[in-house]
Amino acid sequence: MDSVTPFIVLSSILFTIGAVGVLTRRNAIVVFMCVELMLNACNLALVAFAKQHGNLDGQVAAFFVMVVAAAEVVVGLAIIMTIFRTRRSASVDDASLLKY
Amino acid sequence: MLALHEGGPIPVVDPTTADGVFALAWLVIALPAAGAVILLIGGAIAPKPFAAFGHLLGTILPIGSFAISLAMFISLLGRPDDDRQVAQHLYNWIDVGELRVGMDLLYDPLTALFLLLITGVGSLIHIYSIGYMEHDPRRVRFFGYLNLFVAAMLMLVMSENYLGLFLGWEGVGLASYLLIGFWQHKPSAAAAAKKAFVINRVGDMGLSLAIMLAFVTWGSTSFVVISANVDGASEKTLTAFGLLLLLGACGKSAQVPLQAWLLDAMEGPTPVSALIHAATMVTAGVYLIVRSNWIFDLAPDARTVVIIVATVTLLWGAAIGCAKDDIKKALAGSTMSQIGYMMLGAGLGPAGYAFAIFHLLNHGFFKANMFLGAGSVMHGMNDDVDMRHYGALRKAMPITFLTFSMGYLAIIGFPGFSGFWSKDKIIEVALTDNWLVGICAIVGAGITGFYMTRLMLMTFFGEKRWDKDVHPHESPAVMTFPLIVLAALSVLGGVMLINDWIVNFLAPVTGEAPHEEPPIPAFAVSVIVVLIVAVGVSIAIALFGRRPIPREAPQDVSFVTRATRADIYGDVINDELVVKPGKHLTSGLVTIDSVVVDGAFTGGAVAVGGIGALGRRAQNGYVRSYALSLLGGVLLVVLALLAVNLA
Repeated sequence: MDSVTPFIVLSSILFTIGAVGVLTRRNAIVVFMCVELMLNACNLALVAFAKQHGNLDGQVAAFFVMVVAAAEVVVGLAIIMTIFRTRRSASVDDASLLKY
Repeated sequence: MLALHEGGPIPVVDPTTADGVFALAWLVIALPAAGAVILLIGGAIAPKPFAAFGHLLGTILPIGSFAISLAMFISLLGRPDDDRQVAQHLYNWIDVGELRVGMDLLYDPLTALFLLLITGVGSLIHIYSIGYMEHDPRRVRFFGYLNLFVAAMLMLVMSENYLGLFLGWEGVGLASYLLIGFWQHKPSAAAAAKKAFVINRVGDMGLSLAIMLAFVTWGSTSFVVISANVDGASEKTLTAFGLLLLLGACGKSAQVPLQAWLLDAMEGPTPVSALIHAATMVTAGVYLIVRSNWIFDLAPDARTVVIIVATVTLLWGAAIGCAKDDIKKALAGSTMSQIGYMMLGAGLGPAGYAFAIFHLLNHGFFKANMFLGAGSVMHGMNDDVDMRHYGALRKAMPITFLTFSMGYLAIIGFPGFSGFWSKDKIIEVALTDNWLVGICAIVGAGITGFYMTRLMLMTFFGEKRWDKDVHPHESPAVMTFPLIVLAALSVLGGVMLINDWIVNFLAPVTGEAPHEEPPIPAFAVSVIVVLIVAVGVSIAIALFGRRPIPREAPQDVSFVTRATRADIYGDVINDELVVKPGKHLTSGLVTIDSVVVDGAFTGGAVAVGGIGALGRRAQNGYVRSYALSLLGGVLLVVLALLAVNLA
């Protein structure tokens, strides 16, 4: 077994957990955390492949993802806060006005 | 390139360049055209000064044209017989690809006679209109239209190619429309103008197709080119060309089956009826056929159709003239009939062309005379046109009566008067050609004697049947002067036949006539015609001269009278054959448009909307479902990539 394989397997597991969480959970905070989980699963894969190829490209990409994720967390949490203040609920299903 | 036919070589148009007085030819058209522009624009900008002198300007310009025409005519007489065609090139009108049309004028004996008729009779009618239209607030505009008409008619007869002729042809159509509908506040006048315009359009289609055919066949519309190369075309082409020309002539000259507009055209002011619908414009069809004699000489089938149309029309018009109580409509029926005679002459070929033109000139004189006389009568009778309200006017209007009588004697063909000579000649040639046509023409002459005598008796003789507030009086001198001149011409028109002058004069245009003896001597023909006319006159005197005429038209009349009162159902035939199918066609097209075309469009929109209504259900507002479709999409892409890579 290759030395990278365990990392990729772990990354896949984490990504799957995140994806299932996004699809099934209703609490906006939990959904949000699941999105972060998926992002970090990707980071893990990037870093693992960078190690395998012996260059820094993957690591640089992982840093980019972290920076963008940090910014996104700020915006996302602010939106969730605002929705919670107006609707007294953090459930994503309650915010379903924008439809046909 | 001379093709031989029964009468000798086909005449070819081969003019010399205009010099001397002929260089003024363009002015003949330009003067009235300028008058039309000045009067129509100036009359709108400065109504006051134009109301004061506009009619004088509008009268002087055609008189100027007449003076130039007369000078050119005298100069033409001074030339040798074989050098009487003059052309003037003004400028290149159209120059596109192979189509080259010059603004060329042609002055030859045929044009010379037409110029004298149009400008001469036209000027007299302008003078008459000064008096007739005196109290009309739009008199300046009337004179502007009259000048426009004269200019267009001159263009028609002076052009050297069919396209220029067509320009004039459409111009007179427009002027006719404007003048028939001059009193546009009357719905009947507006409808009559529209009717004339629409029916003329049918004929114009024939002429424009003929012009296109000429261009396809000879690559030119010029008379010079076509007459020189006419035998290069097949007889079928020439027959088609001739029939298309005949269709055009039928429209303009009110020949059956396009005759229905002429009677309604009497809604226009009477000078218009005299100038356009009797003396000049309606004869344009005859001019067209005589001018295109090279075509008809080589297309005997087309000529046969011309003869048939002419014979039917001359009887049709005469029958209508017998039944009308409206003096102008009776005269209009007579005009139809007389133009039938001219068309008959033109259809008879080289033997008849000159006599057709001879009759055309005489008819121009006596019919203008009688129409103006009818106008003078109406003027005295408070614009009443019903002859049943006239009677015994010969004492109240002596000059009108005398001049009208001259026209009457001329049209029935009283020996010595102009109509006698010309109609007699046409009948003689017709008898030579085909005895049946000749007999129809003789019968027509008899009917002419009947309806004109009826008109005379109802108008000028018998008891007074006037309305109470009517005081007939003679018209002013400005109106009687043209009457006197035209009456003199009606009497003396026959001098053109002395030594066969008009035949020899027109020979360069129409070709030498073949010498054929009529089946019965010419003298006997004259005697027979006069006797038949005398019978017609006697019947009219017996019916309308010996017993009182009721003020109301009797209603319990025979079928024949009812039919002729209704113009032999010309309008009904048009309605049934053209108008109603046309309406059905349009309503059918509207249905197809709203059901099929609109259905396809709105149906397509409805279908797209329905699909959209189904599709938008996917937008349910739940983040989960969006995320699921996102995931599904990603999986699809990944699977596709894997499939491609592994395959």
